[in-house]
Amino acid sequence: MGELAVEKHTEYILSIEKRKDDFESLVMEHLRLSGAYWGLTALDLMHKIGSVKPDDVVTWIMSCQDKESGGFGGNVGHDPHVLYTLSAVQVLAILDRLDALDVEKVSDYVAGLQNEDGSFSGDMWGEIDTRFSYVAICCLSLLHRLRKINVEKAVDFIVSCKNLDGGFGCIPGGESHAGQIFCCVGALAITGSLHHIDRDLLGWWLCERQCKDGGLNGRPEKLTDVCYSWWVLSSLIIIDRVHWIDKDKLSKFILNCQDLEKGGISDRPDNAVDVFHTYFGVAGLSLMEYPGLKTIDPAYALPVDVVNRIFFQK
Amino acid sequence: MPSSSYSSDEEVEELPYVPFSQRPEWSDVRPVPQDDGPHPVVPIAYTEEFRDVMDYFRAVYVARELSPRALCLTTEALKRNPGNYTIWHFRRLVIEALNSDLIEEKLFVDKLAEGNFKNYQIWHHKRWLAEKLGPEASEDEHDFTRLMLCRDAKNYHAWSHRQWVLQKLGGWEKELDFCNELLKEDIFNNSAWNQRYFVITKSPLLGGLSAMRDSEVDYTINAILQNPNNESPWRYLQGLYKGTPDSFIIDERVPRICLQVLKEYSFCTFAWNLLLDVLCKGLKPTKEIEEAVKGLTESDESGSSDHNLVTRICSALERMDPIRVNYWSWRKSNVSINC
Repeated sequence: MGELAVEKHTEYILSIEKRKDDFESLVMEHLRLSGAYWGLTALDLMHKIGSVKPDDVVTWIMSCQDKESGGFGGNVGHDPHVLYTLSAVQVLAILDRLDALDVEKVSDYVAGLQNEDGSFSGDMWGEIDTRFSYVAICCLSLLHRLRKINVEKAVDFIVSCKNLDGGFGCIPGGESHAGQIFCCVGALAITGSLHHIDRDLLGWWLCERQCKDGGLNGRPEKLTDVCYSWWVLSSLIIIDRVHWIDKDKLSKFILNCQDLEKGGISDRPDNAVDVFHTYFGVAGLSLMEYPGLKTIDPAYALPVDVVNRIFFQK
Repeated sequence: MPSSSYSSDEEVEELPYVPFSQRPEWSDVRPVPQDDGPHPVVPIAYTEEFRDVMDYFRAVYVARELSPRALCLTTEALKRNPGNYTIWHFRRLVIEALNSDLIEEKLFVDKLAEGNFKNYQIWHHKRWLAEKLGPEASEDEHDFTRLMLCRDAKNYHAWSHRQWVLQKLGGWEKELDFCNELLKEDIFNNSAWNQRYFVITKSPLLGGLSAMRDSEVDYTINAILQNPNNESPWRYLQGLYKGTPDSFIIDERVPRICLQVLKEYSFCTFAWNLLLDVLCKGLKPTKEIEEAVKGLTESDESGSSDHNLVTRICSALERMDPIRVNYWSWRKSNVSINC
């Protein structure tokens, strides 16, 4: 097993930006803004953010904004959605260019997605999911505009999605899933509401996700996948139970999923790489304080120095 | 009118692809390419088709053309990229503007969902449609999710949709039977266990958790005995006592199933964990429990100083589940506080 191939992964991420004609980039077109977040965050964690030109990125991001609503689409000309609005805010935060935003306009868009019961819709079509609660809360917090929503009701909705195993689902009654758990735990952390979590019960469920191969799965009896290195690990850190898993085994699992020739990280050893898993692999290693990486904040999913810049340098 | 677009659309699929620039009904439209610079590389045929459709989609999207041919165009575009949420949004606007036949739309989206059943946009579109169709759609929707769950019994989207339909449109009558059926097929299916809990706690027909607890405990114990190394029923069993810690401690079936399993499978961490929980919650160990635990942990005993039953169990778990050794040590360190 090798070490983290920083140079190779940097090359791989930069190459995606240049490809515009293959099938993968065409089907990714509508979520390019999230792709930019995954790629650029991974680069920043590896101290390689200097290899992109911030002005070009900022110009492109701002052209993804829907001027009427204030929300961002996944690419130029796409409808606004809360998911891509957070990606836009996160990328601008990494580049230290939040000043490019009309903060009131963007935060009004996000706050306007809250429903009567405290939940959030993803966009004007009204799909509800605790993912959107996290995304909205994280976004508004980064913009210092949490006061624009009813935080208490938002928290109540998330708590109503808690299950008998201590985990959370996407709506009340939905099965616990590590991805949803990250969203709910992250949102509760940002709003200072972690007392609603049974840390020991949830911590045990989360550490049971580690399988013999060292990797983590997202639900009982499912396959391990590098992306859960982020979802499970960040949740365990937030509830202060990360020492309940075997970190060495997990690091080895992630490192075994690298493509050492072409760069990039895949979901499981020997599978095809993509930017999504490359980000989650690097972020997972960062959570485990892998040498040479920046540390990532488990709730905001941004490098800690970026988060500090936003909250402590006012 | 719009409904006819589907039949013609089906034919399009059979025929070789005709670029939009060569279709007379589109001669008045100027395609709008994606705004990200030139495309220098020679693309493969499939992406050429893809781009052609998208360039015309952008044109009708920008013009907000809510017409039958625009509906037809979104059909072609979605077949090629069902994840593109902007196309779905636009399609809903067209359907609303044209007052299109919703049953036809249901056939379209169901067909598309069959090949893309992990796609958020499709499931959201289905929900939007079902809400418009109302309670009479519930049976069809349940049939559809059943079909999807037969192929992938843990599909998160299908389960969410099913729960939403139950709560919004009804159809609870056969839901517990459906859980039985899926669990009979795969007793490890955590999604089906979750659905079971959803049904017994939320169905308006069953009387809620307190009315169901007794029979559910029996069902779960039976499931555990089929394969004790199954995380889901152990957690489910404990969930049945939610809000009533006294009945958890009083119910003799709880320690009994633990011991019964451990006598045969002494490495079953879930059985050990449940026994640990019930002892920590206040169950006074009977002589039988005490002797059984001592007997089962004796063989690999290293520190003989573990007089406390709970400490002894934790030490045994530290050895048999090394990947989570810190969790079990933490449980042990709590003994003096909680037990």
